[in-house]
Amino acid sequence: MAEKQRKAVALISGGLDSMLAARVVMDQGVHVEGINFFTGFCVEGHTHAIRRRDRARPKRNNALWVAEQLGIRLHIVDIVEEYKQVLLHPRHGYGQNLNPCLDCKTFMVRKAYEWMREHGFDFIVTGEVLGQRPMSQRRDTFPVVARESGVGDLLLRPLSAKLLPPTRPEREGWVDRERLYGFHGRTRKPQMALAARYGFRDYAQPAGGCCFLTDEQYAAKLADLWSARGRRDYDLDDILLLKVGRHLRPRPHLKLIVAREEGENRFLEGYRRRYTHLRTVSHPGPLVLVDGEADDEDLELAARIAARFSKGRAAPEVEVEAVPLGGEPRRLRVRPLPASEVRPEWYVERRGAGLLRRAAAG
Amino acid sequence: MARAVLDARNLLCPLPVIRTQDRIARMAPGDVLEVRATDPGALNDIPAWCRVSGHRVLEAREEGREVVVVIEVGDGADG
Repeated sequence: MAEKQRKAVALISGGLDSMLAARVVMDQGVHVEGINFFTGFCVEGHTHAIRRRDRARPKRNNALWVAEQLGIRLHIVDIVEEYKQVLLHPRHGYGQNLNPCLDCKTFMVRKAYEWMREHGFDFIVTGEVLGQRPMSQRRDTFPVVARESGVGDLLLRPLSAKLLPPTRPEREGWVDRERLYGFHGRTRKPQMALAARYGFRDYAQPAGGCCFLTDEQYAAKLADLWSARGRRDYDLDDILLLKVGRHLRPRPHLKLIVAREEGENRFLEGYRRRYTHLRTVSHPGPLVLVDGEADDEDLELAARIAARFSKGRAAPEVEVEAVPLGGEPRRLRVRPLPASEVRPEWYVERRGAGLLRRAAAG
Repeated sequence: MARAVLDARNLLCPLPVIRTQDRIARMAPGDVLEVRATDPGALNDIPAWCRVSGHRVLEAREEGREVVVVIEVGDGADG
């Protein structure tokens, strides 16, 4: 009697490694389905959708694109709420910025393991490569992921399997260990060669992975948010707004989000009912959201900054409409803030290092 | 055959896809779901998800600032 067909669930990020890992296992006759997690910090999707200049490139969801190339089903799981615990209280700390990579990988593998058992699948596949990432993909951290997620030896890493102890799928002959790989280190050459062999082209290769938390400027904005609120917390809107516009903090209690172009204007318009906001009326200009309680003096400063980023920046006076949260709109006539008075330290994303250290220690 | 409408407006991708997936998981083969979204990415992503999941896209169009995708639920509908 033929051995029954085994089923694996593959973590699909949308990048090349997880795509190859799934394909290597499919090649051995295993039925593979993909699982993709949405944390809210995914580089995927949002940024493309918001910024008009990014629309020149064809917009696609990389995980879905990968699934389509492989001809497998893809299950996308919303983990925004649960992910907070991972980010706010990582057992193993952060990487270079606010990226809790080891806890994150463990969490995703644990969720995939739950899915695997619910759906009667046999094992889990990831695209992890030994030595590829400084925090989560090391010889000493691979066992941590397997152990703390609870999946144990049902976790197969086909791209580095030959360098690792045999897992149950290999020992039981569900897959042939000889036809797996021994990739290691930060080089991408073996992956690119394998991709060429499979005829994969046009795959995504994001420099910092597919997560905003590895991005220094983004992490600085998140750290600033926690510091200004006096507590480490966030909701989905908070973290989406950190991806959009210039973020300036001219006063400790006052942050302005200034749209950089029409796509961002449209996106920020969706938040008008929840934030005090300003827009220039005498000249074309960006929508500006105010995060924090603004008194008259704050509004005046916000209006001068809004004017600074409008087409009227060189005009002697610009008219600005300010709509306080829950209040009546009012018109202000202001002198645009001169460039020399826009202090570099107001730009939240540039204030990185110190804020980050305090936030991580939080 | 039931017909349902899903309001996925003001959500950014991949949320319209996730909501579509979760709604279809509670529908039967042959049912029809009309999804309305405002993220232009949904025009590509929802049909792509349907293709990999075995559901049929009856219509995918832009209507002013909105994206409308009409889907017939396929056989293997379990999300």
